[in-house]
Amino acid sequence: MRDIQILETPLNTQSCHDAVADPAAGGIVVFVGVVRNQTKSRKVVQLVFESYVPMALKEIDKIADTLYQKWGILHVSIHHRIGVLEIGEIPVIIAVSTPHRQAAFEACQYAIDTLKKTVPIWKKEIFENGTVWVSAHP
Amino acid sequence: MKIKLVTFGIAKEIIGAPECNLEVKVPCNIGDLKQILMTQYQEFKKLQSIKFAINENYQEDHFLLHEGDEVVIIPPVSGG
Repeated sequence: MRDIQILETPLNTQSCHDAVADPAAGGIVVFVGVVRNQTKSRKVVQLVFESYVPMALKEIDKIADTLYQKWGILHVSIHHRIGVLEIGEIPVIIAVSTPHRQAAFEACQYAIDTLKKTVPIWKKEIFENGTVWVSAHP
Repeated sequence: MKIKLVTFGIAKEIIGAPECNLEVKVPCNIGDLKQILMTQYQEFKKLQSIKFAINENYQEDHFLLHEGDEVVIIPPVSGG
């Protein structure tokens, strides 16, 4: 199972977990990203995510390829949300199942780290007194 | 020749539109396009990085553009 989605609706951790469940799995690692209430002690009000969706799906698919090749995973589910998110909401979920836990931890870590570097999704922080496109400037 | 630029994130704010047409000399590769954009829009110089995609794939500086190509400007990504 390779379940890759970019959604405008709230994400569901259970559905990502269920998508990777397998009798052969010894472990499932689920990473849940959450919108934090501050950045460098500036109070965040909202986040806005936008994406070049067709390419984002392709880039996430490449990440999934690597998970199968390098860590021999059983299944992967990656959901990313776009649109306006409030504090505490979930922008991303990555679930990976593997026969043994070590590979699941490593594969999940690789997936989120790589997603943040290669997938065309952009996050704008809305503060009480301004906005910033995250990572845009050095 | 004419190419089409598609923008997202901060690139959309710098250009001021989600897409626009641009007239460039032939030949023109991605590297040339980057220079043109940085000259026309100084704000691009301040970015951490700027990448380009054609047909939903990242392309490097030497990639040659063709009439009617749709080039997507990819400013630094920040998903997750």
